Amino acid sequence: MSDEAAMETVEEFRARARAFIQEHIPMATLPQAPGQESDEEELADVARNRELQRLMFDGGLAGIIVPKEYGGQGLTPEHARVLNEEMAGRAYPHRFQVPTFTPCMAVILEFGTEEQKRKHVPAILRGEEIWMQMLSEPSGGSDVAGAQTSAVRDGDEWVLNGSKIWTTGAWWADWALCLARTNWDVPKHRGLTVFMVPFNTPGIEMHRIEMLNGSKEFCQEFLTDVRIPDSYRIGDVDDGWTVGIRWMFHERSLHNSPYVLRPAGARFLGEAEGRGSGLMSLAIRAGRRDDPLARELVGEAHALSAASTHLARRLPKLMAARKVTDQAASMGRLMAGMVSRRTTTIRWQLSGATAGAWTEDDHAVGSHGIGFLMRQTGEIAGGTTEMARNVVAERVLGMPRERTLDRDVAFREVPKGPPAS
Amino acid sequence: MEPDITEDQEFFAETTRKYLEDKADVTTLRGLRHDPLGYDPAYWRQGCELGWTSLLVGEDDGGGSISGEGVVDLSLVAFEFGRHAAPGPLLATNAVAMALSRAGTPEQKGDVLAGILSGDVVASWAVAEPRPNDRLGAVAMPARRDGEGWSLEGTKLAVEAGGSAQQFLVSARTDDGLTQFLVPADAPGLTVRPMESVDLTRRFAALHFDGVKVAGSAVVGEVGGAADDVARQLRLVNVLQCAEMVGAMDKAMEITVDWAFNRYSFGRPLASYQALKHRFADMKTWLEASHGLADGAARAVQDDAADADELVSSAKAYIGHYGPELCHECVQMHGGIGVTFDHDLHLYLRRVTLDAVLFGTVTDHRLRLADILEARDETEGAA
Repeated sequence: MSDEAAMETVEEFRARARAFIQEHIPMATLPQAPGQESDEEELADVARNRELQRLMFDGGLAGIIVPKEYGGQGLTPEHARVLNEEMAGRAYPHRFQVPTFTPCMAVILEFGTEEQKRKHVPAILRGEEIWMQMLSEPSGGSDVAGAQTSAVRDGDEWVLNGSKIWTTGAWWADWALCLARTNWDVPKHRGLTVFMVPFNTPGIEMHRIEMLNGSKEFCQEFLTDVRIPDSYRIGDVDDGWTVGIRWMFHERSLHNSPYVLRPAGARFLGEAEGRGSGLMSLAIRAGRRDDPLARELVGEAHALSAASTHLARRLPKLMAARKVTDQAASMGRLMAGMVSRRTTTIRWQLSGATAGAWTEDDHAVGSHGIGFLMRQTGEIAGGTTEMARNVVAERVLGMPRERTLDRDVAFREVPKGPPAS
Repeated sequence: MEPDITEDQEFFAETTRKYLEDKADVTTLRGLRHDPLGYDPAYWRQGCELGWTSLLVGEDDGGGSISGEGVVDLSLVAFEFGRHAAPGPLLATNAVAMALSRAGTPEQKGDVLAGILSGDVVASWAVAEPRPNDRLGAVAMPARRDGEGWSLEGTKLAVEAGGSAQQFLVSARTDDGLTQFLVPADAPGLTVRPMESVDLTRRFAALHFDGVKVAGSAVVGEVGGAADDVARQLRLVNVLQCAEMVGAMDKAMEITVDWAFNRYSFGRPLASYQALKHRFADMKTWLEASHGLADGAARAVQDDAADADELVSSAKAYIGHYGPELCHECVQMHGGIGVTFDHDLHLYLRRVTLDAVLFGTVTDHRLRLADILEARDETEGAA
């Protein structure tokens, strides 16, 4: 109670934050698009992010809603929102927000032991630990609970074998949350356990995946007899799905999470570009200012973007008013995918033949050809639109669930494809 | 529509909903199929008592809305009109009521506006013209000075309730610019010819002005100064069309989801087929996005926001495309029964198909968005 009475008010916090930010935090520079920076540039940016995070920590602006005993400020989401406002236009440690703060740190705070929380949460807030998620596997992307990476107990240790994929930046990160199978003789959701895994553990072989556009932001890890102590386990043995459900929740909350710093006005990867911005200038750059067909495409894309924005405003209102299930959030995901698909195609169409072959001078137009090659990422990354469609149909409209062959069956007996390489 | 409307607004919408459930059931709609008016005047008058024509009229003129948000309230009515494919000249009458309340002379208000409020007078907005002047906002019909008055010459198309209206608000072009005139339907030289339409109950007419003479007192607002008024009226009717389309989509979706649960093929309900479930998921997402956009546009027009034109055109461009798409998907989910007259789906398909093309097609609104974006880029580039 005395703590609450002593809590810094929002306006006191705003004044303190503003003073510190104006004195210490530099203005933001335009970030490089992922995949367009060299490894050296990327590592330098990671180092800068660690310094920025340390700066925020020293200034009392890290972990706004994290309890003080774990190095945070013990304040409220409202304080976190104010910090977003005060950070508008400033450089910030963008590489820490997702997945380090959420879902990883959020999961540790929720399920970690006292010792785990005291060890890792302050280290994260000081900029010393960057975390990743070892979640997806090559054997199945959407079926997260079908994880086949195994963890076998050996005294006070666990031995991990298998492979994880789509970990962003694992080659420069420090730790990961890992979902592994500890029991093959029960149905799939009941045989999972969550572990904390340091990337420098012997037996982890890191492979950087090159995307078709040359980007190498994603990694695949191969785990061969990776030994970690039982003290790295999060939650109970075989109860990993309890952790997993909250893990997914924190992952979905992404940039809306109060754990995450989101300076007002900052744009995020995969976010619909607002107000059709850039499309008219693309049409002009591509010499199509007076072409009504091009102008109609610009208008179409703008209307789609507006629709996406207004759906994103409507859904939280409906959920707050309990007029729809929280699963309705999947409509936002589906919409973003549909809009991304069409808008990427429109950019390509506006770019004309230049999107097939371009001179150095015309790179800004021509690169939409490469962008088009990557079009489907908007309907894959962060959960495919097919999964979203299932959720909308089954959870929002209440239609019958798809028949599955892995319910109430020992995971060992569940039909599986040949081992993925 | 908006999940966060006030209790008063919900109550207001509920009143219209119940009235339409009672008076605009599908049997009544089918009965009006060949009716020259397309609605029963007593039904319209009673609707006006519920506030259908008073929401955009100032309190001094006998109108008003409890919430003080007339456009939002009227969009709730339009939504219910869509859900019931309801008859009655809601859009055009309100455009005239708004124009007269804002700029009408005391005589115009006394003679015409009071009648619109009570439902005894139907007035309609005559703005659309034949090709090639049929694009969004194009007004070419000339009005020339003729002594103390004016002479109108030309054709106006798709004038809602043209056959039953006693008064027309005519948008025309003078040497000084856009000007609006209040013209009685029985003015000499004015010929009203009924048009065919896709809608079951909404009637339209072509108006031919053959040197129609009107007095100087027929001008509504400033001579040559009506560009803003016409733009405001266009925003209004488009917002109402969007709300109405969303209502019709909502109803068509409701009917079709229900069908999917109850129709069995090969021993399974349609709702159990993933191929169909995924299409329903898309439709539901289009529908909710349309709700959000229609609400956003109504709010922007209500507040006279700087980006109101942009939002209205975004809403019309999106809903005008996905409204008919959704309704046709509903037809497809029904199979052959979906294209019969006896089935109700076509009532809603008709309404969205009508609203999608009048007062600016999807293409028109997309092109206008490009204009708006280009102008903004230039402003920002110059800044």
